[in-house]
Amino acid sequence: MDPYKIREDFPILKRRINEHPLIYFDNAATSQKPRQVIEAIKDFYENHNANVHRAVHTLSQEASELYECAHEEVAKFINAGGMEETVFVRGTTEAINLVAYAWGLHNLKKEDEIIVSLMEHHSNIVPWEIISRMNGFKIKYIEINDDGTLNYQSLENLLSKKTKIVCVSHVSNVTGIVNDIKRIARIAHEHGALVLVDGAQSVPHMPVNVKDLNADFLAFSGHKMLGPTGIGVLHGKREILEKMEPFHGGGEMIREVSFNPKTKHCSIGWNVLPWKFEAGTPNVCGGVGLLEAVKYLKRLGMKNVKAHEEMLTEYALSRLQDCCPKIKIYGTKDTSAKCGIIPFGFEGLSSHDIALFLDNYGIMVRSGFHCAQPLHEILKLSSSTRASFYIYNTREEIDRFTEILKEIEQF
Amino acid sequence: MVNVEDYVARTEGTCGKEKDVIVIFKYDKKDEAVQRIQRKATLKKSIAGIVSELTFKQYSFRLYGSGKAIFRDLKDKEELNRLLSELLS
Repeated sequence: MDPYKIREDFPILKRRINEHPLIYFDNAATSQKPRQVIEAIKDFYENHNANVHRAVHTLSQEASELYECAHEEVAKFINAGGMEETVFVRGTTEAINLVAYAWGLHNLKKEDEIIVSLMEHHSNIVPWEIISRMNGFKIKYIEINDDGTLNYQSLENLLSKKTKIVCVSHVSNVTGIVNDIKRIARIAHEHGALVLVDGAQSVPHMPVNVKDLNADFLAFSGHKMLGPTGIGVLHGKREILEKMEPFHGGGEMIREVSFNPKTKHCSIGWNVLPWKFEAGTPNVCGGVGLLEAVKYLKRLGMKNVKAHEEMLTEYALSRLQDCCPKIKIYGTKDTSAKCGIIPFGFEGLSSHDIALFLDNYGIMVRSGFHCAQPLHEILKLSSSTRASFYIYNTREEIDRFTEILKEIEQF
Repeated sequence: MVNVEDYVARTEGTCGKEKDVIVIFKYDKKDEAVQRIQRKATLKKSIAGIVSELTFKQYSFRLYGSGKAIFRDLKDKEELNRLLSELLS
């Protein structure tokens, strides 16, 4: 995989910020978009735009075929059992909310418990807290070790026959630590609990095979994997999705709505999967963009994507530790246990100071809690600066990043 | 009295325990804003003209050559506006 060749596909990487070449290290927040995705979106609106599944005319058929093809390709990308198991949503947040409301609200009773890890993004905490306030079930949180890794013993201690679902991220959006989902799914299933995985930081960066992981739900976002914003995916096992009630009601998600003059009520039949969960006119163009993004990643090969990021992470960790003696890198530095995300800080400087300093040199990094305040509290961090890599990043960019951080050390 | 809105493009409350506020000056006014602030405030430290640590009255803040500033320990937006108004006038 040649990142220099890949960079030619990304128009934005030619930009200069504050008179410096753009170095984009905020990939955990969102990825940049290749020309192929941008062109696919433009082509859709210029040549194929119509509402899907609503008309017999040619444009609608073309749009429907593209949208369904996107479902099929995404399903293949994660080795799901077809598009019936691949629901398009706005993003990871909506996917988790879908499970919380359409499954949790109907299946979690007062006496039940669910388990959530303390390394979660707020999107895998807040929906469960909201539903818990409605239904009264208990949320138990998996402890985190001092190096930011998940405490598997804590998970085992929390599991009981009361546990109905375990909600955990595949990769932490703060530390990049990869959780052993196969192990979590195995022990959760032994206790009869389902497993929901937040795959926002894993699906874009490594091969993910849902059959191998054996998770019941997997949520991820298109915009973090070269696709447009506003499109994401909920994968669910077919037998579970079929038993679930719909999330939103409206057009598209119904098979029929029939008014009975005797009862004065409408009888409603749900549409088949995945449409049962896609109420209203969907984000067709987003699906088309995601389709192109998936094709792009498949051409590169997800093993190559992972290897490239591992190389960059190892290189960055080694350069930062060699050149910046005052830097504090948070979480484990074991690259075999993490993805291309490096959280760091300097004594006496806020994460925002560091991010603004780097911005001055055209280097984009994230600062703050990264929507994971509980993890920061556990790691005793007031906030962190986060550099995160992707397919188009290079060792030269890391060299430049390190040089600028050396200047910060003077402060 | 200077109109702060003439200089400020947006303010952003930061995410994190620090609760800092970042002020982003308008692109065509940023050099003037930086100069005005530098005239009013006292320089404590600077790195190569990229970032300056400044104080003004009881306030301490950092000003970036890119036209951004980070203010700490402010109670609310009114306090920020009052401070900016004095610094920019």
